[in-house]
Amino acid sequence: MFNRTAIAPLEYTRKLWMRSWVGLTMLFLYAPLVVLMIFSFNDSKRNVVWKGFTLKYYEKALNNDSLVEAMVNSLTIAFLATIISLVIGALAAVMLWRFRFPFKGLVEGTMSLPIIVPEICLGVAFLIFFAKLDWPTDLAWPLNLSAITIAHITFCFPFVAMVVRARLASFNREEEEAAKDLGATEWQAFRDVLLPHIKPSLVAGALLAFTLSLDDFVITFFTSGPDTITFPVKVYSMVRFSVTPEVNAASTILIILTVALTFIALKYQGVKGIAETH
Amino acid sequence: MTEGKQPIIEIRNVSKRFGKVTAVDNISLDIRAGEFFVLLGPSGCGKTTLLRMIAGFEMPTEGQIIIDGQDMSLVPPNKRPVNMVFQSYAVFPHMNVTDNVGYGLRISGISKAETRDRVAEALELVKLGGFEDRMPDQMSGGQRQRVALARSLVMRPKVLLLDEPLSALDAKLRAQMQFELADLQDKVGITFVTVTHDQDEALSMASRVAVINKGEVAQLAPPSDLYEYPANRFVADFVGSVNIFEGRLTLDEPDKAAVNCPGLGKIYLNHGVTGPHGANVWIALRPEKIYLHVPGEGKAVRAAAQDAPDGHNLARGTIKGMSYLGDVTLYDIQLEGGHIIRVSRPNLSRHDQEDFTWDDKVSMHWRADSPVVLLS
Repeated sequence: MFNRTAIAPLEYTRKLWMRSWVGLTMLFLYAPLVVLMIFSFNDSKRNVVWKGFTLKYYEKALNNDSLVEAMVNSLTIAFLATIISLVIGALAAVMLWRFRFPFKGLVEGTMSLPIIVPEICLGVAFLIFFAKLDWPTDLAWPLNLSAITIAHITFCFPFVAMVVRARLASFNREEEEAAKDLGATEWQAFRDVLLPHIKPSLVAGALLAFTLSLDDFVITFFTSGPDTITFPVKVYSMVRFSVTPEVNAASTILIILTVALTFIALKYQGVKGIAETH
Repeated sequence: MTEGKQPIIEIRNVSKRFGKVTAVDNISLDIRAGEFFVLLGPSGCGKTTLLRMIAGFEMPTEGQIIIDGQDMSLVPPNKRPVNMVFQSYAVFPHMNVTDNVGYGLRISGISKAETRDRVAEALELVKLGGFEDRMPDQMSGGQRQRVALARSLVMRPKVLLLDEPLSALDAKLRAQMQFELADLQDKVGITFVTVTHDQDEALSMASRVAVINKGEVAQLAPPSDLYEYPANRFVADFVGSVNIFEGRLTLDEPDKAAVNCPGLGKIYLNHGVTGPHGANVWIALRPEKIYLHVPGEGKAVRAAAQDAPDGHNLARGTIKGMSYLGDVTLYDIQLEGGHIIRVSRPNLSRHDQEDFTWDDKVSMHWRADSPVVLLS
């Protein structure tokens, strides 16, 4: 390698202003998270001044039964909502891509409505909806989570459909025809050709649905009962008294969990595959 | 070549309409077992629609398609004894070569051992031995096409359909694949039906060609007949390059005919044309069948054109355009009447292209069996 000091016109990555801009953006995005994680190890009841390193708030958080229960509820809801959104979303995307039918534009529009309608409206709507239906609230776990799960599916599956639809646009229909030409039935052609093609978008859609469901507060707040507290709702109620490092510890666990999950998905699918869907 | 007499595919009065658009208009033709059949036509003429109807991806609006004696009208593509090589090749991107080629055998429940043997055999046939574990994105376009070919051939179809098989390849590779496809067809003895818009491809590979125009068969003939005896102006113009002049039939006897073309002169033919006397006809004259001379070499001209009466099959003009193509030189010559005629002249020696240049006055003549009289 030869050493060059002059910066070519398009070598933006070597320009100081560009580098500092990128640095500032990163700082803006991640500084709050880093502070939150650092202060989860702070040996102080008040979360203002650094007093020393401790793990006792992790212990405290994990021994807080109601907090753990909220976490388990959140994960269960997120898991169920993801699976069901994935199936509904993918099928909706395939239907919209594959067929022509009357009022297709209308169906497409109404399907993406949950993405644009303000969450507060959806929340209130679900509150009234479940109240009018007299939806049972005293069922055993995990059936008591059904109302929240249904609400989450409603706003998660349009995202899955959107991502899958984008991926389908790049599918070569001749591949499917080739499979049928070689003797495949409709189902075999779907399983062997179309499904492998949309797989990266299913992974991306699942990640999206999972994180959306996991951190949803507004809609969950309106659809949860006293026995069905989720993690964000629980944190909200804890913060109302004081921001203890316990909340920080629980949040750090959640962050690590989602980052690990994303990492595994990327590893399994290959970053390229997921990048291709966008 | 083993050409059976009985047709393997019978297309009977087939029409296909998409809404108001008629893609295929009442086509009837037979494709014989073992032949290399080519559907040739400009884009949008309906040739691909016809091929897709044979494969089963489109249903005819009217008519019947019979493959090997069985009516296929309601048979889905996965149940037909035909296989197709797609224009995009449609190689499955997430499977390696072996899995691609073995796909059809695998889903039809053929044993693993037999699948392995037949895949190896098919790969050998298309000269892809050693590529078994390659993924499609590690292969060139030509290699992917061979995978698609092997994937179809491994099914041992009665008919192999090829949709524009060479259009995505570069010129050199295309020429090579033309020979290889013809050779392959000879080897496996399967009937090939190919769609193309490229007349060179059609002429070099086909045993018979159907020229399609606006959803109808313009002519169905072996390649040399298509070129030398075109049935109408569309075929004459579409296959090869041609000079066409309008004229009037003045003489029509069993062994001779004459046409008076205002743009070109008097044309004499040494055979009859059985056209309506005095009717409007068209003369088609291929550029390579016209001889160029320096004016005044009258003896040579007459000697060469001796099979025609004086004053026939001759023309004079001025060279207005020239393009040197290496093996031949093309001349655009303005006739005395103002029309432009194209003449191609082989460069038999290294200096032939220097014989004529822009604005030279030249004479032309042609043999009495060269012009073709077209009635439509």
